[in-house]
Amino acid sequence: MSSYYFTEEHELFRSSLRAFLEKEVKPNIDKWEEDRRTPRDIWKKMGDMGFLGLSYPEQFGGLGLDFFYDVVFNEELGRMNSGGFAITQQVVQYMSAPYILKFGSDQLKEKYIPGIISGSLISSIAITEPGAGSDAQNIQTKAVRDGDYYIVNGSKTFITNGVYGDFIVTVVKTNTEAGAAGVSLLVIEQKMEGVTARKLKKLGWYSSDTAELSFDNVKVPVENLIGEEGRGFYYLMSGLQLERLCAVPAGVTGMETAIDLSLQYMSERKAFGRPINKFQVLRHRIAQLASEVEALKAFSYHCCKMYADQIYDVKLCSMAKLLTTELGEKVATQCLQFYGGYGFMEEYPMARMYRDVRVGTIGGGSSEIMREILAKIIIDDVSYDAPKKSIVERPIHFTDNSSSEKNEILEEEDSFETLKDGITSRAKNKEALGNTLKFDFGGQQIFIDGTGQKNKVLVENIEADCTINMSLQDCHKLLRGDLNPMGAVMSGKIKIEGDMSLAMKLQGLLG
Amino acid sequence: MSKSHELPRKVYASEEHAMFKKTVEEYFKNYVLPFREQWEKQGYCDREAWLKAGELGLLGITLDPKYGGLGLDFSYAALVIEEQARFGAASPSISMHSDIVIPYIEKHGSEYLKNLYLPKCASGELIGSLAMTEPGTGSDVQAIKTFAEDKGDHYILNGSKTFITIGYTSDFTIVACKTDKNKGFKGISLLIVDANSTGFSKGKPFVKLGLKSSDTCELFFEDVMVPKENLLGSEGQGFIQMMTELPRERMTIALGAIGAVRGALEQTVVYTQERRAFKKPICGFQNTQFKLAEVATQLEVSTAFVDRCTELLVEGNLTPELASMAKYQTSDMQCAMIDECLQLFGGYGYIWEYPIARYYGDARVQRIYGGTNEIMKLMISRSLFSNYFRELKANMRANKQAAVSN
Ligand SMILES: Cc1cc2nc3c(=O)[nH]c(=O)nc-3n(C[C@H](O)[C@H](O)[C@H](O)COP(=O)(O)OP(=O)(O)OC[C@H]3O[C@@H](n4cnc5c(N)ncnc54)[C@H](O)[C@@H]3O)c2cc1C
Ligand SMILES: Cc1cc2nc3c(=O)[nH]c(=O)nc-3n(C[C@H](O)[C@H](O)[C@H](O)COP(=O)(O)OP(=O)(O)OC[C@H]3O[C@@H](n4cnc5c(N)ncnc54)[C@H](O)[C@@H]3O)c2cc1C
Repeated sequence: MSSYYFTEEHELFRSSLRAFLEKEVKPNIDKWEEDRRTPRDIWKKMGDMGFLGLSYPEQFGGLGLDFFYDVVFNEELGRMNSGGFAITQQVVQYMSAPYILKFGSDQLKEKYIPGIISGSLISSIAITEPGAGSDAQNIQTKAVRDGDYYIVNGSKTFITNGVYGDFIVTVVKTNTEAGAAGVSLLVIEQKMEGVTARKLKKLGWYSSDTAELSFDNVKVPVENLIGEEGRGFYYLMSGLQLERLCAVPAGVTGMETAIDLSLQYMSERKAFGRPINKFQVLRHRIAQLASEVEALKAFSYHCCKMYADQIYDVKLCSMAKLLTTELGEKVATQCLQFYGGYGFMEEYPMARMYRDVRVGTIGGGSSEIMREILAKIIIDDVSYDAPKKSIVERPIHFTDNSSSEKNEILEEEDSFETLKDGITSRAKNKEALGNTLKFDFGGQQIFIDGTGQKNKVLVENIEADCTINMSLQDCHKLLRGDLNPMGAVMSGKIKIEGDMSLAMKLQGLLG
Repeated sequence: MSKSHELPRKVYASEEHAMFKKTVEEYFKNYVLPFREQWEKQGYCDREAWLKAGELGLLGITLDPKYGGLGLDFSYAALVIEEQARFGAASPSISMHSDIVIPYIEKHGSEYLKNLYLPKCASGELIGSLAMTEPGTGSDVQAIKTFAEDKGDHYILNGSKTFITIGYTSDFTIVACKTDKNKGFKGISLLIVDANSTGFSKGKPFVKLGLKSSDTCELFFEDVMVPKENLLGSEGQGFIQMMTELPRERMTIALGAIGAVRGALEQTVVYTQERRAFKKPICGFQNTQFKLAEVATQLEVSTAFVDRCTELLVEGNLTPELASMAKYQTSDMQCAMIDECLQLFGGYGYIWEYPIARYYGDARVQRIYGGTNEIMKLMISRSLFSNYFRELKANMRANKQAAVSN
């Protein structure tokens, strides 16, 4: 694991997310693919677990974490071998809602962002139209101001989540004469009168719904304008970088999955009396693929690090998107070949992977458009005028949003004694830990000896297998259920020394 | 008249070919394309399409007229395959039935079998499939396990087959099996097994990446009684028979490949002239122009090679190695070129309503079935290094003997 980019907390998060996905998602994906949709309750579950809104501010229920949590999130989604499943939430978290978060009014944020983080709302981004895809400036959907409303007319196509979603971040022309400067973003609710959706059948991404949308005199309240009129294109240019970048870690782990599965298959499948991983051509092919993926992965982390440091780099994002999606196709086609006839069958994993990767070089700006942008940067010295900051603003230091005055004075009930009693009563009734665990509140300690039949709680500073450093009031919040233990670990509210696996039992112990 | 960027096709140059091509086009336009979506949903094509093809003579093109065929040479069959692929019609699998199964019976079957099966094969009343691949072995045909035990006047067949094209709809299957377990490839024989035989069952058609209107399935044989008369040729000849039929089989794949690329190219040329972005048609971008120039060039180069192989096949002179080259080169080319075409459709390329997505899904298997492209290269290299492989074999034999005498 790349410890250079990932801390132990990142890895802790990864293992709990992975365990969740293996249990709740993996076994159901075949069904979702068959149903041609991913059901909503999986997102609610993920929201409940604190897996959504990782870098969204805490004010709305997010965790305010750094970008590498998002990287982990995308990496783990990419391992599921279902592009349709992954894209559904990627569109929500990284491609549509961030426009509201970054540029929207407080009212819009309050209305939509909490639902995005809890997993109860599904959003989409509608740029493409039947007549304009790559050439986004040329969109025709019109929004004409009429009193307190915009009247929207036009159509959009290939809109991910556009059938079963709740609201659509829609790119419209508020001024048809002004070119890019006439582009605005409007939040249109799926249930508004005049919005109709037709579900499209696709080559791949079966578990994702893709819509052709039409807007027929849809009355949209002016409050639903995101940011300012005429600034839509500028917002998009910054948002698209995040969109492109998020495809990269998921793409890389998708390729790693293809290689891992192939290695397994090749070690089991025999032809001409030996496992097929003994044939030199196949060995060399795997060797080549593994090298290319490894190199891309390093570049991918580099790009993500830049983004995490709030350095907005169109060149790097475009290069990463281009290389990842192109290599993805190559890896899928070669890995499918290792499977022989089984590769063509839906019962085996490669058929889906092969279908799913194909959209990579088309959606989110085609490979040709990436090369076009890159050529302009490299040859013509064009620089893309864009905000200096990345689209999701993340606090660099953790700040507690519950009022600061409250933090300074400990409320009466938040005393050490009540805490000790709380921990004691819970720990006594739970299964023995099997190890020793210590809470250190900076001066005061509580020691749990879980090596015997039952957990014993002592107010002493004894060397333990695992030490948990946190503030008294955070520990109170934890006991009250106001703080998600994993979120607290990830945000640095809880620091863990020693055996990390013990910390995983925290929720069971205190919950 | 061909366009200046297209090779004049000597193989199809005659007036008869031109007339025949019209019939073929009519058939696909009227009896296949309108039903394609329905067939994709059900996973196989209706018998009517087969019967209509039979009526038009498309099922027994090279078959002797005395068995109800047209008695034409293979170039006519080639034309059907190419046209079918050009239309992107995966079903009915005419070539499997009439260019592979029928010739097996015509060339290797007894007069009894020929009279029993061929006229109905030509009319479409009987559809046949060919079963070599087993769950445990595909590339290595010699390693098959399906076994036919000699019981005097009949065999008792046990085993299973997989990935059998038109296995679900076919009325009989030519089954490659071992009649002698101890003899390696010399123990392989071919039996005709009727689908209604007791103990013969079929799996549901597989859900596949492509060829969605064509059924591919598993076949199971449990104590199936097969009359001795159903043996093709004599016992132990199966492997040799398969080897002699391989060149034609591989040519059906190569012809399908160039047909499909031609269809995809035609559609992409039309689309890129209509679709606009940044105030020009997509074909106004140099990248589009060069990509399609590459597709057209690759297609014509492959066509020249395939046509030459077709001529050799018609003369009876096509070697397995040349056929392997054609199969591998054209199917690789097909996948790469159709990928380029799909790209130029943008998002529409990914939507099933646009035929390019279907061309893409259908193409991928061409590098796998009929012997994977790796196996093609294996065959080609065996011929390149025939001395080396002969010595290797001799050494192995000597070592074995030495081991035995020790
Ligand atoms: C499954 C799927 C999901 C999608 N989800 C969404 C979504 O949620 N929201 C959304 O807004 N859109 C979505 N899209 C649309 C996607 O972003 C567009 O398809 C893409 O931008 C390409 O646009 P287009 O399809 O109109 O292709 P076109 O713009 O028509 O392009 C056709 C071809 O011309 C090439 N081309 C275009 N311009 C140039 C140039 N200057 N130089 C060289 N070549 C050029 C293209 O690369 C392409 O090969 C989705 C698409 C798919 C397939
Ligand atoms: C849609 C479809 C239709 C089909 N129709 C028929 C049909 O009608 N009748 C029939 O009998 N079969 C049919 N097949 C089966 C097909 O011919 C086999 O899938 C094919 O021969 C490969 O065998 P396999 O799948 O067992 O792959 P394997 O033999 O398991 O091969 C796995 C991988 O190892 C490679 N490999 C194997 N040996 C070597 C070697 N020596 N050196 C290097 N690489 C090697 C292969 O190229 C492949 O990449 C069909 C298959 C499909 C998908």
